[in-house]
Amino acid sequence: MKKVHFQSPWLPYLLLLPQLSIVAIFFLWPAAEAVESSFYLEDPFGFGSTFVGLDNFTDTLTSTDYGRVARFTAVFTCSVTFLSLGLALLLAVKADKVLRGASSYKTLLMWVYAVAPPVAGLIGVLLFDQHVGPMVDFFAMFGWQMQIGVNYFDTSFAMITTAVWKQIPVNFIFFLSGLQSVSKSVQEAASIDCRSGFRRFWTVTFPLLAPTGFFLLIINITYAFFDTFGIIDVIVKNEPGNNPVTLVYKVYLDGFRGNDLGGSSAQSVILMAMVFILTIIQFRLIERRVHYT
Amino acid sequence: MAYRKTVASLVAAAALLGTSSASFAATDITWWHAMGGRLGEVVVDIANGYNDAQDACQITPVFKGTYEETLTAGIAAFRAGEQPNVLQVFDAGAATIIGAKGAVIPAQDILENAGVGFDIEDYIDGVRYFYADSDGKMIGMPFNSSTPILYTNEDALKKAGVEAPKTWEEFEAIAPKLKEAGYVPLAQSHLPWIFTENFKSRHNLQFATNNNGYDGSKDTKLVFGEPIKNHFTKVKGWLDDGLFGYYGTGWGDNQTPFNEGKVAMWLGSSGSFGGISKTVEFPFSATYLPYWDAVEGAGTGTFIGGAALFAMSGKPDEENKCVASFYQYLTSPEVQYMWHKETGYVPITNAAYELAKKDGYYESTPAAEVGIKQLTLPGGEWTKGYRMGFYVQIRDVMNREYGKILSGEASVEDAFATIEADGNKLLDRFSKTAGN
Repeated sequence: MKKVHFQSPWLPYLLLLPQLSIVAIFFLWPAAEAVESSFYLEDPFGFGSTFVGLDNFTDTLTSTDYGRVARFTAVFTCSVTFLSLGLALLLAVKADKVLRGASSYKTLLMWVYAVAPPVAGLIGVLLFDQHVGPMVDFFAMFGWQMQIGVNYFDTSFAMITTAVWKQIPVNFIFFLSGLQSVSKSVQEAASIDCRSGFRRFWTVTFPLLAPTGFFLLIINITYAFFDTFGIIDVIVKNEPGNNPVTLVYKVYLDGFRGNDLGGSSAQSVILMAMVFILTIIQFRLIERRVHYT
Repeated sequence: MAYRKTVASLVAAAALLGTSSASFAATDITWWHAMGGRLGEVVVDIANGYNDAQDACQITPVFKGTYEETLTAGIAAFRAGEQPNVLQVFDAGAATIIGAKGAVIPAQDILENAGVGFDIEDYIDGVRYFYADSDGKMIGMPFNSSTPILYTNEDALKKAGVEAPKTWEEFEAIAPKLKEAGYVPLAQSHLPWIFTENFKSRHNLQFATNNNGYDGSKDTKLVFGEPIKNHFTKVKGWLDDGLFGYYGTGWGDNQTPFNEGKVAMWLGSSGSFGGISKTVEFPFSATYLPYWDAVEGAGTGTFIGGAALFAMSGKPDEENKCVASFYQYLTSPEVQYMWHKETGYVPITNAAYELAKKDGYYESTPAAEVGIKQLTLPGGEWTKGYRMGFYVQIRDVMNREYGKILSGEASVEDAFATIEADGNKLLDRFSKTAGN
């Protein structure tokens, strides 16, 4: 095979330049700005600012609310990731076995993918509305008086349900295509060796799905962390009150609603560090156990 | 009907666009506001009325979302040098914009510089000093001014055979009867505004050190005494006994059950009047915000909520002159009376109030006068208002902790201790933003 070489050593850098400049302008520069302003307390209109050292960080970390928000974010991220991956896998396995009318099943399961997060949030709000929500009426039949916006648990439940519902189709599409690429010969060989479909799934199919699963795991954690913003905003109706919110939503609340630029920057720096650590863990620990064919 | 009105205003706007391009001499000014729905339509009517009334200036109102979003948009625009001439800022954001020395031209200055007379005594009592600095100079021009009042479902009161309460003691006496008649006796839509800020004013109680924060942000601390803690203990008790309904932090979630006739009495804004009279199917009335008779010196007036208009600095003189002439138009008795009648917000000048009285408006709709009468009740040392920075977040802290009280997650003592701790920390942080 013939290797292609660039004539000038600068050409590859030139070709990379658009991508690199986008990263620099839209990611690195704002991140550096955030790090800088996390050490200042600034008047919103930009007339004055005071260097406060690490005050923004200590104020954030010692505030009574931050721990609660962080705990909710952890619970929210884990439940959304686990439930949306688990349910999507279950649906994909079942849909893969359907022979008649397969495409209509698949379309029905996938259409939600096209719904924008704030719209999903809005549908969630309507379903769980205190006064007119059908889900509230449904749960009331079992004696559960849901009060979204009043009861912390009920509101969390509505948020997680809506976020999971919104994310299942993405996972479903990936799992389904993953399942369809598992080769027939491997499956046939497995069914000769083992009668139990359940065991065959866990010992043969599931490991073969691992690359897809790992990719989806990262996508889903990112989704639960950052992309659920619209859903949360619509469910809390722009009034945090005593409702559960995630760390990202709190950055927005303090920065854009409360105009506390320093405090908000400090929180986003903490968030950056957390995502950085999470990424290292994911690639160091989990990816080692994933086999790519 | 609403559709035809929209079409009419669109046609009018198109016609105006046509004329403005023809009369090239007109100076354009912009006005960013947060008035959605019906209120937004009236804002457009006011702008059109102003543009029709004179040729020199052309004002364009732009809807920017909620109060918080409008303030944030205004700040971002100011930092980019793209600020509007006039920005509507709500009560809780007042400290932010007034604290930023140089962001705003005081309403008083802009009017005086343009040679238009200004006398603070022309404005009604409760409105006069809320958006003023500590020297009493008016910085923001009060625009949509409201105050919390008690709306009552007259059918419900009749069915229970009771009268609207003047005090919380009276409420405790009649509430069980309303419950027996099949109603949730009471709901409210804004705990920090109604049960905190105006609770303080109604009982003439100090809300914060440094003259409620007016004398500067440094070392300002929140003050919570026994009366307000007792009040929340009572409210929690009412909630547990089914005498009070709490439907979350959202304004509408708490108003809806009243509109639907499930809640007998609702504490809302005098500015809700226009919306309610168009929505509800039962006869309704309104009365003053109740107070605790047991608290000494209680029964004083409330101060305004809502928002004011701020003239942003950094604009050419001719545009500032237009802002002044727009302010003059806006505060004219006729425009104020129209605004008052259409929306329920109070007229901000004595002249406009007199005009409404002379026109016999309150004889046909006495409930529309409750807000302004409450604002002009005798005041006291602590009924002027408050001035605190990062106040949007302080309100969020209050909502969070009050939510915990009502859901039973925190005791009244603990919740107020948290509000004081978190609130004072925010105040301290705000005082450092000035950079001194």
